[in-house]
Amino acid sequence: MVSINTTRKGASTNPFSKLLRSTGNWLPPFLGVGSFLLVWQILSMTGLIALPAPTSLFTEERTRNLIFYPFYDRGGLDKGLFWQTMASLGRVAQGYTLAALVGIGVGITIGLKPGINRAFDPLFQFLRMVAPLAWVPIALVLFQKNQPAAIFVIFITAVWPILINTAEGVRQIPQDYRNVALVLQMSSRRFFTKVLIPSALPYIFTGLRISIGLAWLAIIAAEIVMPGTVGIGFFIWDAYQQNYVGEIVLGVIWIGAIGLVLDRLMAWLQTRISAGQ
Amino acid sequence: MSTLIQPPLPGLAAPPAEAFLRFENVSKVYPTAKGPYPVLDGIDLSVNESEFMCVIGHSGCGKSTLLNMVSGFATPSDGRVVLHGSAITKPGPDRMVVFQGYALLPWFSAYENVYLAIDSVKPDLPEREKREITREHLAMVGLTEAADKKIPQLSGGMKQRVAIARALAIRPEVLILDEPFGALDAITKEELQEELLTIWNTQKCTVLMITHDIDEALFLADRLVMMTNGPAAKIGEILDITFPRPRNREEIMEDPLYYDLRNQALDFLYSRFAHDDTE
Repeated sequence: MVSINTTRKGASTNPFSKLLRSTGNWLPPFLGVGSFLLVWQILSMTGLIALPAPTSLFTEERTRNLIFYPFYDRGGLDKGLFWQTMASLGRVAQGYTLAALVGIGVGITIGLKPGINRAFDPLFQFLRMVAPLAWVPIALVLFQKNQPAAIFVIFITAVWPILINTAEGVRQIPQDYRNVALVLQMSSRRFFTKVLIPSALPYIFTGLRISIGLAWLAIIAAEIVMPGTVGIGFFIWDAYQQNYVGEIVLGVIWIGAIGLVLDRLMAWLQTRISAGQ
Repeated sequence: MSTLIQPPLPGLAAPPAEAFLRFENVSKVYPTAKGPYPVLDGIDLSVNESEFMCVIGHSGCGKSTLLNMVSGFATPSDGRVVLHGSAITKPGPDRMVVFQGYALLPWFSAYENVYLAIDSVKPDLPEREKREITREHLAMVGLTEAADKKIPQLSGGMKQRVAIARALAIRPEVLILDEPFGALDAITKEELQEELLTIWNTQKCTVLMITHDIDEALFLADRLVMMTNGPAAKIGEILDITFPRPRNREEIMEDPLYYDLRNQALDFLYSRFAHDDTE
C-alpha cells in the first residue's frame, strides 16, 4: 500500500497530470454549457431564432440593470428580481408547508389503514394527474382572490408526492419492528414517535424533495395567469406582454437557478437525515 | 437449585394437570390458493416452569409456527396453547421474543433499544431504576463499552447480544428464540451460547428455542423436541438431556451419554425423517 501511494504521489508532482486531473471535474460541464451558449449566440446573431443572444443580457440596458440591481424597489410591480423571487418563494413556503402537513398526516393515516387507502386511492391517483395550470381557474373560482388561489395551486400540486411517499413509507415499516411493538405492547403514541416516524422518514423526505420542485413549477404557472401580483412568474408574463424578450430570458434563467437551489437544499437535508440514522 | 437435585422427569407419565405451558391438541392449517395446507397436526406438549426446551426439525416443519403460537403472533386452528391455565390469544411482554433478524431499531443505540423495551413494558418504574436495569443487562452480555453505538455500527454477534439483553431486561416468563445463533460464526456462537446459559441460570425463565444445531441443543437444553417433516408435522420424539448444570462444554462432550443422544438425534433427522428435497 505504502509503495503504491508514493509512486502515485510521485506521478502527481508532474504539473501537467495534476492539471489534467483537477480539470476532470469541471471541464465537461464547462464545455457542455459553453457550447450550448455558443450555439445560441450564433443562432441569434445570424437571425435564425428571434431570441436575443446571451451576451445581449449584459449589453441591453434593461436586463443589465435587472442583473446588477436585484434589490431595487420602486413600488407596485416595479421591483428587482430579488423581491419578485421573495414574493414567489413566500407563496411557495405557505403552500408547501400546508402540503407537507396535510400530505404527511393523510399519508400516515392511509398507510396505517388499508381500508381508507382503498377508498381514496382512485381519487388521489386521479387528482394528482391534473396539471397545476388546470387548477388555476378552479382555485380562482373557489377563493375569488389571487393570493389564496396561488397558495392553493401550490398546495394541490405539491401534496401528492408527499402523501403517496409517506403512505408507502408507513406501509414499508418492517414487520419485525411492528412485532416488537406488539410484544412490548407499545402505546400508539410511543409506536408513532419511536418506530413509525423514524422508519418512514427517508420516504417522507423523498416526497418532500419531489414536491419542492413541483411547488416551484406550480407557482410560476399560477402567477402567470394571475395579473397584478408581484412575483417572478408574473414578471415574465408582464415582460412578454410588453415585448421585453430579454427580460423573459433573464426571468427563466432566474427561475431555473432558484429551482436548482431549492432541490439541492432538500437533497442536503435528506442526506443529513439519513446520516443521522 | 431444585433442577440440580431432581432432574426433570422424563415424559413418561401423562403431563401434570397444572403444567406451566401446555399445547393441547394444537393444529395449524394455512389457507392457500391450492386449498388448506396443514402445517402442524395434533401437537401435545407440556413445558415446565424454568425449563430450557429446544425444538429441532427440517425446514418447513412448522417449528416457527409452533413458537409463534406461544408468542401470540399465530393462533391455533384447532386446540389451544395454555400458559398459567389461560389460553394465549395475543402477543405480550410475558412471552418475549428474540427475533430471527434481531429486530432492533437501527435509529437507536444499543442502550436506547433496551431502555425502550423497559420503558414500554414498565412505564411506571422510577427513571433511575429503568436506567439501572438497562445498564445491568447490557453489562450481562458484555456490551457496556458499546452501549452508545448505533445498531448499524455493531457486528452480528453484538446485535444478537443487544436483542438478548432487550428480551431479558423486561423479565419475561417465557423467552422465545428463533434460531438466534444461526447467522453467527462458530466462535461467537459458542460464546453467546455460554452467555445465554449464564444469564438463564440467574433468571430461570422458561426458554423455547428453535435450532438447527444438534450440539447447540445438547449443550443448552433440558429437553429436545424433534419434529417430523411437514406438512402436518407432529412431535416425533423428545430427548431428555440430563447433564448436570452448570454445564461445561468439554465435560459433557466426554460423557458417553452425549454421543448416545447425538446419535439418536442424527438418526431421527437423517434416517427416519430425512428431508426428501435438498434445500
